Amino acid sequence: MSGSDLLIVLAAFLASAVEAVEALTIVLAVGLTNGWRTSLLGAAAGSAVLAIVVIALGPALVRIVPIEGLQVLIGALLLIFGLQWVRKAILRATGRKGLHDEAAIFAAEVAALRQGPGVGPDLDWTGFVVSFKGVFLEGLEVAFIVLTFGANRDGAFGLSALGAVAAFVLVAIVGAVVHRPLTRVPENTIKFSVGLMLIAFGTFWAGEGIGVEWTLQDWMIPLLAILYTGVAFTLVQWLKRNIPAKGVVGGVSA
Amino acid sequence: MRYVVGFGRFWYDFIVGDSIVLALGGVATLVVGVLLVRAGAHLAGEVALPVMVVATLAASLPMRR
Repeated sequence: MSGSDLLIVLAAFLASAVEAVEALTIVLAVGLTNGWRTSLLGAAAGSAVLAIVVIALGPALVRIVPIEGLQVLIGALLLIFGLQWVRKAILRATGRKGLHDEAAIFAAEVAALRQGPGVGPDLDWTGFVVSFKGVFLEGLEVAFIVLTFGANRDGAFGLSALGAVAAFVLVAIVGAVVHRPLTRVPENTIKFSVGLMLIAFGTFWAGEGIGVEWTLQDWMIPLLAILYTGVAFTLVQWLKRNIPAKGVVGGVSA
Repeated sequence: MRYVVGFGRFWYDFIVGDSIVLALGGVATLVVGVLLVRAGAHLAGEVALPVMVVATLAASLPMRR
């Protein structure tokens, strides 16, 4: 392998690793809050649809798939969904909403399953959709990276794909190692953190989709997460100090 | 019909949930972002998006005693 070959592998590896870490973050977040079966099924479904799209379109993918439109759609949904979670977490932290009541939630889930579509008692559709979208969009970006680096010269496609696969394997191993310690974190803290991450991802993706040129590129995601965390904690403190809760509203919180 | 209603309810819960302010704020954030980008104000767009998100979150919370 020549020096330029190594550079292509390394460039594809690093670029793909960034996207894979972003997908892993969402899969871990959904796994911790909505269950691992839901999260992994969503990720598997996202990967399967992605594989079908990539195999069907091949190199024409870059021209055909409207990545900006997908970023706006998925980004907006994650943004709104993340805002809902953070709002609930703030209400819980300030005593305005009940903490998790497993028995009541189970009863509500059973009632919902009797009314609407479902594939099993422990599969949460919301978590499935979030995990699916995260893996599909990030995977699509990896496919774009592989095709872009691979189009540089003859034979570069294999090198580019090698870099992407290596990044995926490494990130998957990291995910398998870190998921267990994360399960010890209190549930409301996890939901707070997940909501904040979803808002950060949502803002970033939707912004990219509508044409915002983020100065710090992908580094903007952790910066947005830090900003939103600071704002959320300030809101919690402000509400606790200035507007004391009259009582808990609603016994069940998802 | 039951599945159509269930499907519609799922997406309503996903997008609107407990507070319609969040859905409206999310859409307003994107509209403002599009307008700024189309006007060539890229830096303003970069700043406006997180500011609008923060304002949306604050507006959805109970701010009165």
